[in-house]
Amino acid sequence: MAETAIKLGGKRKPNLLDELREMLPQGNLNLCLTCGLCSSGCPSSSFDDMDPRKFLRMLSLGMDEEILASRWPWFCSMCQRCSRVCPMQIDIPQMIYKLRQKVPRSERPKGILHSCDAALANESLSAMGTSPEDFEWIVNDVLEETQTDQPEFKDLEAPLDKEGAHFLVNQNSREPMTEPDEMVPLWKILHQVGASWTYPKTAWAAENYCLFMADDEGWEHITRKAAEVTDKLGCKIFLNTE
Amino acid sequence: MRKSFGDAIADDLRYALKACIGEENFIDMQPNKSNNYCCGGGGGFLQSGFPEERRGYGKIKDDQIKETGATYVIAGCHNCHAQIHDLSEHFGGGYHVVHFWTILCLALGILSPKERAYLGPDLKKVNVFHDEIEVFEV
Repeated sequence: MAETAIKLGGKRKPNLLDELREMLPQGNLNLCLTCGLCSSGCPSSSFDDMDPRKFLRMLSLGMDEEILASRWPWFCSMCQRCSRVCPMQIDIPQMIYKLRQKVPRSERPKGILHSCDAALANESLSAMGTSPEDFEWIVNDVLEETQTDQPEFKDLEAPLDKEGAHFLVNQNSREPMTEPDEMVPLWKILHQVGASWTYPKTAWAAENYCLFMADDEGWEHITRKAAEVTDKLGCKIFLNTE
Repeated sequence: MRKSFGDAIADDLRYALKACIGEENFIDMQPNKSNNYCCGGGGGFLQSGFPEERRGYGKIKDDQIKETGATYVIAGCHNCHAQIHDLSEHFGGGYHVVHFWTILCLALGILSPKERAYLGPDLKKVNVFHDEIEVFEV
């Protein structure tokens, strides 16, 4: 035993845990009981020798460099199974989201980055870069063909920018771009039940890759534009089909 | 379910689905609803360029589906659809993946030949609306 108490000198450098502390219940990671329920239910446990419990332990131990070098945050699907079963309500997915943000934007996975950037570059907010004009053309083309070939649906509608419609319906870009006939069953169902609905001409794309990118600004832009067009058209309900 | 509307909406979907296909033809996977496992298509996983890990993640879902013995899986969104479709091909399960709108229109008798891209050979010719419409496979 030392003659006198050992005192650690200097001020502790702020670390990753300090940044994530506000997300923790009472700001205290010691609340983690290391029970491992998170890891046992996480399909990404073991990839790159990592799992949610290990991640929290490393965070607690200040192993910032190792955490930041890990690819593991991109193996999380944000499914929230871990936080649902956590007896201490530790929001691990939200921490993973913040860690994605620590990666410089240009170094985040290219597939997600390109889809996010593509969406931000057009008024449709389409990750596949579909312009409002192309969307309108495809919708009308498929609609006319259906009305002609299936005369029971000669009154079928697929309105764009119809003011005062009850539902504003959005549309994943995948259908108009790669399998337009897949849009028809939903139109038919809405028609059968007599729903008042419309697509918007802008901000119609349902996908939001900026969310996966952990790009708060881009995510908000896409969401806000969809909300604005819903309000502009006076629609009561925003129906997110994604 | 787990992240937004909870089990109540999962029950709604089961009610609607059973009304279309019959109670006896619905098999829930285990665990289900809010305790279910994610398929691994979401969160950007499909686009992030880590197919090995993505499929490793999805293996749990693939096992769950195979365990039911079901030949059709209803996917809740496009990411799920793409991922489970890939899992079926990659791990050889051979089950079909469809959106609910396909099943609902099929049950209503208003599903044309063109709207059956994801139906298997067993359902391609069932209850066809305007059978005369030709489909050119690409």
